[in-house]
Amino acid sequence: MKAFFKNNQNIQSTEKEEGILSPTKLGWRRFKRDKVGMIGALMVIMLICCALFGNYFSPYDPLEMIYKDSFQGPSEKHMMGTDRFGRDELSRVIVGSETTMIICFGAVAIATILGTIIGLISGYFGGKIDGVIMRLLDVVFAFPTILLALAAVAAFGPSLLNLLLIIGVIYSARIARIVRGSVLSVKEKDFIEGVRSIGARDRTIMFKFILPNVLSPIIVQATFNLSHAIMTEAGLSFLGLGTQPPRPSWGGMLNESREFMELAPWLAIFPGLAIVFAVLAFNFLGDALRDALDPRLSQR
Amino acid sequence: MEQKENGRTILKVSGLKNYFFTSEGVIKAVDGVDFEIKKGEVLGVVGESGCGKSVTALSILRLVASPPGRILDGRIEFMGRDLRTLSDDEIRKIRGKMISMIFQDPLTCLNPVLRIGYQISEVFRFHKGFDRLKSLGESIRMLRSTEIPSAEERVKNYPHEMSGGMRQRSMIAMALACEPALLIADEPSTALDVTVQAQVLKLMKELCRERETAILLITHDMGVVARMCQRVAVMYAGRVVEYTDVHTLFSRPAHPYAEALLRSLPRLGTKRNRLDSIEGQPPQLNRLPPGCAFEPRCQYSSERCREQAPELKRLREGHEVRCYYPINGGER
Repeated sequence: MKAFFKNNQNIQSTEKEEGILSPTKLGWRRFKRDKVGMIGALMVIMLICCALFGNYFSPYDPLEMIYKDSFQGPSEKHMMGTDRFGRDELSRVIVGSETTMIICFGAVAIATILGTIIGLISGYFGGKIDGVIMRLLDVVFAFPTILLALAAVAAFGPSLLNLLLIIGVIYSARIARIVRGSVLSVKEKDFIEGVRSIGARDRTIMFKFILPNVLSPIIVQATFNLSHAIMTEAGLSFLGLGTQPPRPSWGGMLNESREFMELAPWLAIFPGLAIVFAVLAFNFLGDALRDALDPRLSQR
Repeated sequence: MEQKENGRTILKVSGLKNYFFTSEGVIKAVDGVDFEIKKGEVLGVVGESGCGKSVTALSILRLVASPPGRILDGRIEFMGRDLRTLSDDEIRKIRGKMISMIFQDPLTCLNPVLRIGYQISEVFRFHKGFDRLKSLGESIRMLRSTEIPSAEERVKNYPHEMSGGMRQRSMIAMALACEPALLIADEPSTALDVTVQAQVLKLMKELCRERETAILLITHDMGVVARMCQRVAVMYAGRVVEYTDVHTLFSRPAHPYAEALLRSLPRLGTKRNRLDSIEGQPPQLNRLPPGCAFEPRCQYSSERCREQAPELKRLREGHEVRCYYPINGGER
């Protein structure tokens, strides 16, 4: 690896030095050359740090109310001002990332696992099974995501776990579609007939031989799903059906700020910026991953 | 080439029919194929593209996608069992263990995102239940037996990092991993260049002789047939038209198609400007003529050939032919 950093410009020579390159390594190499992608990755790391350690480095307790300090504009003491209860906005934005990250990563993890399994089964077996699964997914696609999520949250109640599951299940439809499409093309390849000819069972073929071939679209879609899930979560919280107070969440903070938009615009601006930051971060990362993992899209 | 006369018959295919039901009608890809293979024997199946060679091979292992393909009739008797009647689970245990297959293009037949060692290991894990480490060790041993240098390094390679010859050797290693009784090789050397072709074929033959594995060798290369096989089945339009041993085929072919096929080969020592070719095109398999399928291109055809298709008939001991007017040694 040391040799690689030295010869960053000269790929020819590094290839000789490193010898055999796995597809993962090739993808990583392409990713490292993508500046926007690296910025996105840094932003994501920042978000994760905020979520994990926000409680330790936020300047104030995000839940502590100091009424005499309410509606203070951004100042040295409170860099993002304070809300109507005198809570420090910066601390709330930092700690609010925790909620967002839990829901996004949790929901996307559920979506990815569930969607991959559904997509594999649907694409691999085809026929009636495929037809039934695809029509069910069409039902999910027929409704706008936020509307469906809203209805589900209203039905099951707004708890953190429910949010995770609901967003996860809804987003699994997208993954399932993409996986199915890729599986359809991979399963026709000769090497699948090859493993069948050495006596592999369907389950083995699906998970050991087809799955590694469809991994890159899954990773890319999962990354984009992260940014979409952030928006869905924020939207639900904004409508009051997401994370419940007093737990700070960006969407909820936006909602609270609505009444005081003229009096204290910073209360709307900073959580809004935080959402933009997080969505951008995952989109940058997703774009870079797509370019790195699918060289057909951009020959670089 | 010694011929094992009294070897045990391990595979007997009789009256095999595999049709494809498509929107353009029924395609009779395999329409009554009969042959048998004895232990350790090499049977060649020759014929031009699209004559049903590959479908025959895939049908034996029940690997033809269904739909559209369907095995309509016939028996595939392998070591006393009819493969057609086995359950999916039973046939799966035969694939790779008792009968394995080598395909034409080793690049497309190896999974591009998995290491070679892993792919070979899978055979041991399916059929012998070895753990990861043991099956990897066995894979290295198999690779070494196919004369791949530094096999313990090569198992870490991905298929794209190997040469065509090495890939085909890996395929052979995978196919012979469980010492199967029968190896089906579907044009194993077509995608390789001539020198590598010779090496790979030689290797395949040697490894199979050591293990007493019979080979069903599908090819359209008469040179390969002459070098590898003991018996040959010549196929045309989904049927076996001539079935005999390799010497008889080359010295006294009986079917007009086999004879024309041999005449179209270049020969050392003769001076010819143009090679003979067989006039016309092979028939479309969804629109076969009612009579002999080769009749439109046959120079010996008669009214009888046009009306009714001939059966595969015994000409002499170990020589069967599907023709009313066999050439050498027939009545003509």
